Amino acid sequence: MLVLLGLLVIVVGFAVRLNPLLVVTCAGIVTGLAGGLGLVKTLSTLGHAFTESRYVGIVWLVLPIIGLLERAGLKERAREVVISMQRATTGRVLLAYLALRQVTAALGLVSLGGHAQMVRPLIAPMAEGAAERDVPGLDDSERQKIRAHAAAADNIGVFFGEDIFIAIGSILLIKGVMAQAGIQVLPTELAVWAIPTAIAAFIVHGARLLLLDRRLSQRTSAA
Amino acid sequence: MITLEALYRLMGLLTGAAAVLNLGDRSNPHRIWNATFWALWSISFLFGTYLPDIVNGGVILAMVAVATARGIRPSRSESTTAAERSASAAKWGNRLFLPALAIPAFTLLANATIGRIRIGGTLLVDPKQITLVSLGLATLVALALGYWMLKPPVRAPFVEARRLLDSVGWAAMLPQLLAALGAVFAAAGVGKVVSAIAASWIPAGAPFLAVSAYTVGMALLTVLMGNAFAAFPVMTLGIGIPLLVTGMHGNATIIAAIGMLSGFCGTLMTPMAANFNLVPVALLDLSDRYAVIRVQLPTALILLAVNTVILYLFAFPL
Repeated sequence: MLVLLGLLVIVVGFAVRLNPLLVVTCAGIVTGLAGGLGLVKTLSTLGHAFTESRYVGIVWLVLPIIGLLERAGLKERAREVVISMQRATTGRVLLAYLALRQVTAALGLVSLGGHAQMVRPLIAPMAEGAAERDVPGLDDSERQKIRAHAAAADNIGVFFGEDIFIAIGSILLIKGVMAQAGIQVLPTELAVWAIPTAIAAFIVHGARLLLLDRRLSQRTSAA
Repeated sequence: MITLEALYRLMGLLTGAAAVLNLGDRSNPHRIWNATFWALWSISFLFGTYLPDIVNGGVILAMVAVATARGIRPSRSESTTAAERSASAAKWGNRLFLPALAIPAFTLLANATIGRIRIGGTLLVDPKQITLVSLGLATLVALALGYWMLKPPVRAPFVEARRLLDSVGWAAMLPQLLAALGAVFAAAGVGKVVSAIAASWIPAGAPFLAVSAYTVGMALLTVLMGNAFAAFPVMTLGIGIPLLVTGMHGNATIIAAIGMLSGFCGTLMTPMAANFNLVPVALLDLSDRYAVIRVQLPTALILLAVNTVILYLFAFPL
């Protein structure tokens, strides 16, 4: 039971909005100590696992080229392209990206997206640009909300698309865990049962994106 | 053979460049702390493989100390002004999209080809690391394309990368630290304890309650651990298989598939899934740390309910 203290540290730490790095490090140390690893062993385990997890940081290798393109006006260009397309509203831009992300992830093309290489330089400026054209006097909190929606469309698209692809990590993990319990499941059948939720995700989140358009335009007529 | 180690060298050089450029930026009074943070990460990337585990643990503590006590503060100076960027955007037009789209295009191309390349009988790339090596190669190709097309000063991409790293700040390191936390949880046996508690809680003979316990439990444990992959074995071996498959004769395939998707609903709701929910907050310059989670919350809750109903209706014999 004591090892659950680490989870408690996480809940309390995030709830009172301490720096997440501090929360996670404390949770790791508390868990290790409560699990009887001792301070030296806990710190070594953390250090070893951190070093083994360096692959997680590799996504940042895109920053030099993305930064170079931003310097040359990539965000400005993304914004102009959308502004010139009258029918491309904020909600529709994000809906199209949601569909693209779901379909490509379902085909196993998970790398066709991401916050550093797609959302920040392209999708968020496009969604914001469309709102700038359609909503006079767009304020900062609305801009922030639109950018948050751009990130959400990327996440929801990839999560509820990738499981339709049979060779993705989560399908292989499911197969492995079930095999441990002596149950054989087929990746193709697991993938089929990801389809109903994928469709529901597109309908639910798509509807919310179109509602976002309505909310933005209602605010215009009210003002 | 190209392994992840090559990519770690590149990341070490990138974070090292961020440290050096910060150190030379006299316009930023905070430059020492920014430089220290990126230098420490650079050490981890370049030498982590060779350092003792305890020293690597010390590097983490030092990075967390700098981030918590001092923070990372981006420099105010801009590389190009808004007017310059508009002029450049007008000059290059849609050609600006080419290097950006070259990243996914070359990742896919490399993914499909480099696994088969052999030089002198040995594979060019470690077969287990093809996806990540492909991404690394694609960023280099895109960068080369950017240099060739835009002809910027040689240091420009690194000046820009440093600007972006500084604005993302400590959040850049958080996903990696969370992965390490998962390993500590595993070493201390957190999963076993949670699974024992979960199994002892659920009343038998209430089918909808048992189904909800599994789907909602998957989401909740994912919220706590930040990762559906970590929650899946715990909840499936603790509740899914004993209660739903063995106890209620449910279809194991449907139960497992919907269980994982319920975990993904949890991923959308938690700051512990930092690379999805907190990193974009930093990248998009949002003032509310939980802005992305707030936007995702209604969709996540509705989809969790949908998953529960799908599982209840389709996984069990009538």
